[in-house]
Amino acid sequence: MSHTFVHALYDDDDRLKDGATKVRSLGHTIKDVFSPFPVHGIDKIMGIKRTRISICCFIYGCTGFSLAFWMISYMMVYDWPIDIGGKPNFTPYHNLPSWIPILFESTVLCSAHGMAITFLLRSWLLPGVSPKNPDPRTTDDHFLMVMPAYTDADIKAITGIAKETGAVEIKTVHA
Amino acid sequence: MNYYTFSDKAKRLTYILMGLGVIALIFGLVSGNITSTRFWANILLEAAFFTFISLGAIFFMSLQYVAQSGWSVMVKRVYEAVGRFLPFGLIIIFLVMVVSAIKGAGANGSNDIVYHWMHKGTDKIYDELVAKKSMWLNIPFVLLRTLIIGGIWVYLANVMRKRSIEMDLTNDYLPLHFKNLMTAAYYIVFFGITEQFMAWDWIMAIDANWHSTLFGWYLFDDMWLTGVIVTVLLTIHLRRKGLLTNVNANHMHNLGLWMFALSVLWGYLWFFQFMFYWYTNIPDEVVYFQARIDHYRCIFWIMFCVNLLLPLIVLMTRDTKRNDKYLVIIGSILLVTHWLDAYIWVMPGSIGVEWNIGFYEIGLAIGFIGFFLYVVLSALAKVPVQIKNHPYIEESLHHHI
Repeated sequence: MSHTFVHALYDDDDRLKDGATKVRSLGHTIKDVFSPFPVHGIDKIMGIKRTRISICCFIYGCTGFSLAFWMISYMMVYDWPIDIGGKPNFTPYHNLPSWIPILFESTVLCSAHGMAITFLLRSWLLPGVSPKNPDPRTTDDHFLMVMPAYTDADIKAITGIAKETGAVEIKTVHA
Repeated sequence: MNYYTFSDKAKRLTYILMGLGVIALIFGLVSGNITSTRFWANILLEAAFFTFISLGAIFFMSLQYVAQSGWSVMVKRVYEAVGRFLPFGLIIIFLVMVVSAIKGAGANGSNDIVYHWMHKGTDKIYDELVAKKSMWLNIPFVLLRTLIIGGIWVYLANVMRKRSIEMDLTNDYLPLHFKNLMTAAYYIVFFGITEQFMAWDWIMAIDANWHSTLFGWYLFDDMWLTGVIVTVLLTIHLRRKGLLTNVNANHMHNLGLWMFALSVLWGYLWFFQFMFYWYTNIPDEVVYFQARIDHYRCIFWIMFCVNLLLPLIVLMTRDTKRNDKYLVIIGSILLVTHWLDAYIWVMPGSIGVEWNIGFYEIGLAIGFIGFFLYVVLSALAKVPVQIKNHPYIEESLHHHI
């Protein structure tokens, strides 16, 4: 069990990507990368699995659709049918064209909010939460790569790669 | 080996298809079952359908110029080639209008024509709605604006293609690119306005008593979508032939995204037209859907469900958009169902309730496919399909999503 991490700080995203590629190709893992902006392609290099948020989105969308369908059929068919423009409204089937916008909007509302809330919860970005970011410079113009090291040889190897690929600052952190 | 070879085998195939089309034409002239309206309405349908594909491709290319997007640079030659069918289609549409105008003219004018508003015979019942539209819908004006607007479209498309070919031959290509960018910007503005007029004149005027301000946009989306689909199919064909090797799954993904997005936009426009008509139930609007739902029910619902739901369900995920097989299958089905959509733009207003898709319709459609393919593939074979000089070529090479 390792409690040692190597923090490598880069000042260029291309150098960061080079470093990450090299670290991965030599069999080490990357725990996380902190960057001021999304670096295109870094997720693949880090070997992060594809996000499952689209599955969540589908579930939330289905929920929104069913909720809206239940709500509107309760209101328009069961509880208080209203004659609007002489349209037949005794069954959901007859009413359906006028429901489509509501069903659509509710589906979108639930899936969008559900996804946003899931994302915020999953990444623990909530009000009052202390930042996990180890170095404030990564919010400005630096990129920080965090790599776990299991042995002293690992620390040496990773530090070597970081130096080689142009990291501006390398730290070993015992957590 | 940068040239696409329009092989003898492929040429022979297009000749056979065109031959079938000619046989169908002769059959249509000879057969007693096929009225003059049905004869010309089908020619209009095919010409409009394929002209719209060309217009969509040219518009999409202009949009890429103006948006300065990098990813689509690789397939620029395909857009240009698809756009080459435009003059032929325009001539045929113009011909149908002229025939309607000639047959409908005078006191003895026949009502057996595609555009019933052109009918001037003595048997004509006074139609207040058409009479009120005569400021816009009168024969000289319609023919004149079709000629002028169509001419400007063809001219601008040719100018852009010529410059784009020239760009590959010179090292000083940047000025040419920016000239093309300006032309494309003019084209987009001009096309956005005039496409509405042409949509009214060519298609909406068939149902002369009915009008809709949404219809132009609806057709516009249809053009764009079919243009993108044909581009996708041709690009995949070229890749199978070992050309356009730099076009990879990422580029196809983007094209697939457009297919998906435009299908959904199509469904949106269609459904909102339908829903508002359903809700308000105003007689002179409802006739449009009444004619289609009562007498073309099967085409109407199949067309709507397939055009909206198929791409919505199948092209939603990332993997299908990156898979050529899915794109080809979905694209081909969508082309057929959009043809059905075009069928019910044209037919209810011209031939009325007694429609029939028989040998004539299918033969003519096949003939036009041959004609379209012949024009487009010959245009594709003339210049290298892989462009050499373009400011964004590097970006397109490294396109990655």
